Amino acid sequence: MASKDRTVLAYRRENGRVGVRNHVIILPVDDISNNCAEMVAGSIKGTLALPHAYGRLQFGEDLELFFRTMIGTGSNPNVAAVVVIGIEPGWTQRIVEGIAKTGKPVAGFSIEGKGDIRTASEASYKAKEFVQWASELPRTECKLSELYISVKCGESDTTTGLSSCPTVGNVIDKHCAAGGMASFGETSELTGAEHIVKSKAADKEVEAKFTAMFDDYTKLVFDQKTSDLSESQPTKGNIAGGLTTIEEKALGNVEKLGKKTKFIDALKPAEAPARGPGLYFMDTSSAAAEAVTLWAASGAVIHLFPTGQGNVIGNPIEPVIKLSGNPKTCATMAEHIDLDVSAILRGEQTLDQAGDALLDLIVRTANGRLTAAEALGHREFVMTKLYRSA
Amino acid sequence: MIQFLVHDKQDTVGVAVVDVKAGQALEGRDLSSNGKLSAKSLMDIPLGHKIALRDFQVGDTIIKYGCDIGKVVKPIKAGEHVHIHNLKTKRWA
Repeated sequence: MASKDRTVLAYRRENGRVGVRNHVIILPVDDISNNCAEMVAGSIKGTLALPHAYGRLQFGEDLELFFRTMIGTGSNPNVAAVVVIGIEPGWTQRIVEGIAKTGKPVAGFSIEGKGDIRTASEASYKAKEFVQWASELPRTECKLSELYISVKCGESDTTTGLSSCPTVGNVIDKHCAAGGMASFGETSELTGAEHIVKSKAADKEVEAKFTAMFDDYTKLVFDQKTSDLSESQPTKGNIAGGLTTIEEKALGNVEKLGKKTKFIDALKPAEAPARGPGLYFMDTSSAAAEAVTLWAASGAVIHLFPTGQGNVIGNPIEPVIKLSGNPKTCATMAEHIDLDVSAILRGEQTLDQAGDALLDLIVRTANGRLTAAEALGHREFVMTKLYRSA
Repeated sequence: MIQFLVHDKQDTVGVAVVDVKAGQALEGRDLSSNGKLSAKSLMDIPLGHKIALRDFQVGDTIIKYGCDIGKVVKPIKAGEHVHIHNLKTKRWA
């Protein structure tokens, strides 16, 4: 069946967006509210706390990114309802109001003047109400092309460039041709393949926007580096897997972009796509947990993650589907791998067949099948911080 | 059975898709043309690692995916293992 005709059973939210999970999250505004949020999630079954390390004394562009990430996470269509808990009411309310624009249920609580126990008590009553309401929401028939998909690889090796990344590229071509939305990023990890990315920009304006973001990240590397980064990027795992230079790693990475699809905008970290269906670049770190957290905050509902040496990442709200073409990793780390595409290396599977197998798995995951990372309990939620707090 | 793959016809290295032993006669395939290739390994090369398809001198550029992946820093003979001991990035250096 052509991608455009395929359907999934998913959750259509108040704003029309389609999610594949039905989480009720307890979202701490700041590091010191993690404890209270975890008290609530511990009391009310079926809720999920998202503890993180920041949210105090941030300023400027870093503060804007913080709010975009918090509000975007709560607004993600995989989330049914949100309880926000912060130390003080000002920033707590700003996040509540941002999430409320989606039309989904959201309530905020602040700790100062009450303490953890009374705040957790009040928030728990609301969390119980939300989770019982959410548990009755039905899955309904939605188009596969309504899913916003993000893509990023990790612990790559030379097999990712040969098999799992071009398999994702095949899906990107099919998904975007069917009217779907998708996003790639990993700005520094395009170094050596930036000419290929530029050639895939839809027009000169998009190319200029991408180039400015790429040059800015390159400047950051040169401003901060104390070596040629050969201890960091490629990683030790990349090198063990046979990747030697950043150029080689980047050329494998961009296989995920597909052969035909052009990208139509370059997004800031955690920025929601606003130009309709199509492929988007997002300016992200190449560290897996940071990057997937940014895509979840931009509204992505399923992440495709090629790995060579076996990165084990997950995300609390966005299911991460892992695929690998490395036969050793598929054997030794089988519990982490959702799709084995090592037959490509043996010449026994074409990229088109592997892409169709991945599309089938996307449909099953959207319908409710837990990914390996979900079943194993991986919930990496990592905020991107641009510089030190004030 | 194939022991190595090449992304593009211009590539000067191949990727071992099985663990290769020194002295093995290897059969390969060029993914861009589906053409057959052959090589002989001069050393053990683990799955996923690169094999030189020709001789290189210091300062030469190595091509993979039809693109520049870095500069040679020690002489390499066809059939030898290409990795961090003889190939370095031209970026961030």
